[in-house]
Amino acid sequence: MTKLIVDGREIDVPPEYTLLQACEAAGAEIPRFCFHERLSIAGNCRMCLIEVVGGPPKPQASCAMAVRDLMPNKDGSPKVLLTKSPMVKKAREGVMEFLLINHPLDCPICDQGGECDLQDQAMAYGVDSSRYQENKRAVEDKHIGALVKTIMTRCIHCTRCVRFMTEVAGVPELGAIGRGEDMEITTYLEQAMTSELQGNVVDLCPVGALTSKPYVFSARPWELTKTESIDVMDALGSAIRIDTRGREVMRILPRVNDDVNEEWISDKSRHVVDGLRIQRLDRPYVRDDGRLRPASWPAAFAAVASKLKTARKERIGAIVGDLAAVEEIFALKDLMTRFGVANLDCRQDGAAVDPAWGRGSYLFNATIAGIESSDALLLVGVNPRREAAVLNARIRKRWRSGNYPIGVIGERADLTYQYEYIGQGPETLADVAAGQHAFANVLKGAQRPLVILGAGALARPDGAAIASLAALAAQSLGAVKDGWNGFSVLHSAASRVGALDLGFVPGSGGIGATQMTAAGALDVVFSLGADEVEIAPGAFVVYIGTHGDSGANRADVILPGAAYPEKSATYVNTEGRVQMAARASFPPGEAREDWAILRALSELLGHKLPYDSLTQLRAALFKAHPHMQRIGQIAPAAAADIARLAQLGGTPGKAPFVSPIDDYYMTNPIARASAVMAECSVIAEGSAAQTAAE
Amino acid sequence: MAVRRLAEPHQQPKAFAFTADNLAWAKKQIAKYPEGRQQSAVIPLLWRAQEQAGGWLPQKAIEHVAEVLGMANIRVLEVATFYTMFNLVPVGKFHVQMCGTTPCMLRGAGALLDICNRRIGHQNEVTADGTFSWVEVECLGACVNAPTAQINVDYYEDLTPETFEKILDEMAAGRTPKPGPQVDRQMSAPIGGATTLKAKA
Repeated sequence: MTKLIVDGREIDVPPEYTLLQACEAAGAEIPRFCFHERLSIAGNCRMCLIEVVGGPPKPQASCAMAVRDLMPNKDGSPKVLLTKSPMVKKAREGVMEFLLINHPLDCPICDQGGECDLQDQAMAYGVDSSRYQENKRAVEDKHIGALVKTIMTRCIHCTRCVRFMTEVAGVPELGAIGRGEDMEITTYLEQAMTSELQGNVVDLCPVGALTSKPYVFSARPWELTKTESIDVMDALGSAIRIDTRGREVMRILPRVNDDVNEEWISDKSRHVVDGLRIQRLDRPYVRDDGRLRPASWPAAFAAVASKLKTARKERIGAIVGDLAAVEEIFALKDLMTRFGVANLDCRQDGAAVDPAWGRGSYLFNATIAGIESSDALLLVGVNPRREAAVLNARIRKRWRSGNYPIGVIGERADLTYQYEYIGQGPETLADVAAGQHAFANVLKGAQRPLVILGAGALARPDGAAIASLAALAAQSLGAVKDGWNGFSVLHSAASRVGALDLGFVPGSGGIGATQMTAAGALDVVFSLGADEVEIAPGAFVVYIGTHGDSGANRADVILPGAAYPEKSATYVNTEGRVQMAARASFPPGEAREDWAILRALSELLGHKLPYDSLTQLRAALFKAHPHMQRIGQIAPAAAADIARLAQLGGTPGKAPFVSPIDDYYMTNPIARASAVMAECSVIAEGSAAQTAAE
Repeated sequence: MAVRRLAEPHQQPKAFAFTADNLAWAKKQIAKYPEGRQQSAVIPLLWRAQEQAGGWLPQKAIEHVAEVLGMANIRVLEVATFYTMFNLVPVGKFHVQMCGTTPCMLRGAGALLDICNRRIGHQNEVTADGTFSWVEVECLGACVNAPTAQINVDYYEDLTPETFEKILDEMAAGRTPKPGPQVDRQMSAPIGGATTLKAKA
């Protein structure tokens, strides 16, 4: 530790701290544009200048100088840093004046207005007038994709976006061409960016040079109501902030949660917003003569009740979709149990995950933050870039810090980091488990090897055998030991772990989703937003969901529910972390919160659910599943579960692992309704076709 | 300085690849750097690509260098646009880089620039017969022999409007005028021969 005196305050900081960090540790505020905690240091904006007493006689860029690099005082006394001295004030004013030479004064028509670093810092550290009469520089705008709008005249060349795309997103597409005043940020020949994390450059841009294209000119930050919530587009449960104006969700931004998403979110999480407005189910519908016709709630309920009264319990089933929250799954299970129905399933993709094998068999046991402490990685049947883009950035972060061998069994995809391609299917996995493959020795030699198992390996008929084999591999490679559990399942559905925790799987004598959807299996099927399965004709389908997607199309009765920003709801992410989403807006029209629909329906069906409010429902939920009340925490799973899973055995097939997600932008009903996601999907397809052609 | 862009699509060749000789040379350059640092060779490779492509860098050459070095295209484009000695638009058979910095200007570069404008045309444009193109550059570092022009790889120094026109005439006629000082001096030694140290020691 090194002693420093910052503005008269003595502090002790580690020598590897930068002066900026040291000053912040002492409570001083340092303005900056180019410096960002999660990116490399560029030191090119010069806004963070401070004075080092007795050091070099010029102001120092505090972000680019480490405490250990300070020249010690002759008498050994601590170095003195000044952040409020006349020299610093003058330096900041000078830098600000330079930055504003070419920055346009178009704040009134700039989308960044009100949340602009340059605006704020010009107010705080700038001077009140300009000495320049010359013309300002003008720069051509660049077309770099469907999500990021550019007004390049505003660019102050901080290069945060370039560093983000290269370092975090791992897709080196942005660059700075030209030099000096003519430096311009662009992609190569203005090709569209292909990263699933590109939306984050909008947040990083300290000025209005990169703004959100879908959100352009739609609202000012001070008109928006901000609600902190949880994302459901993948199973990570990234922390988001939902900004609403009136009832309408205007945009979604990331929040910092170092355990999950750091401060990034994927483009689907961010730009699915317009999908919340389009194709919404805003009133109940009942199928009549083969056509869905609008109906009142009582009429819709009556239609369900009349059908249910004649159905035998063996002929009734319920499937939970990918976006359902714990509350409604709990209510649905409660209702079904009261009917004696055992045909329950939350795995509409048929993934072989089962709470009967223990909670450890389906959690991302290593935790997302744990990726950074792992020292070798095996990806089995998973494409993290498509299935959880933010998690992929975490893997890349670990890979960038070096000494991180990565092996892939499954698809040969561009994951943004280098890996050793081991093989494509279960046979290779068996080889690795038996220690016959060279990469097995790499994993064995590691202290904390990590095995990530994805839906590509699980969602297939022989999924259980593969899961067991993967568990065996994890065990034999030393991924499960005291203080480290590296057996990690990466889900792609936000509802999945919550539903598994509640045990929403076939009871004794019950059948699973694959059989339920088969022709002639059931008479009545409840679908809680299950849009990714096709229910064979014959069954009477009650669809509780939000969007007019395939599920609603197949339904005989549609009960319109609330989408994730419209309800207070609990989600459990792939790590088993319980998180609560907050209500930011209201369901459209006559749509209601899903649990309330089930509660109202239950009364009519003669099996009244014993809770009249969300609070009462949660009380019942917490009583049955105590870990659900520990918001933000993970109830760790027993390592013995993996041993149990390994003993399950079975004979896996030979088919190669294929990621279930082939179009990242179109994975759920909300995304499929979004025009922005559709545009991204087309662009992605185009660039994929182009790559293939080359 | 001005904004530099790649040449128009109709000027771009359809393909570019190093010749076998150049590729072998490139491999040697790359081998100078440690494993994982191959991209350090980007400038020599771009330079050789520019020579091979006839004095300028087509888009395909930039992409080829990126491929050879395993770099992203944008990273190579950054370098190519940063350094003005990489020409991004086609140049003539003789590319005149006329120095317009203070010492040359004081010694009469203004008149030479006028000649360029009159005989060759606008900067960065090739004459109709493809012989000449020109650009005004910053200090060529030969101030002692000002005014100076670099034509392709050779320096022509101590120019006057007459000698410069003569050089252009010679070149247009397909001959190669003698590079170096165009007055009676050896390199940057005094005009008219030595002025000191004449006696043998």
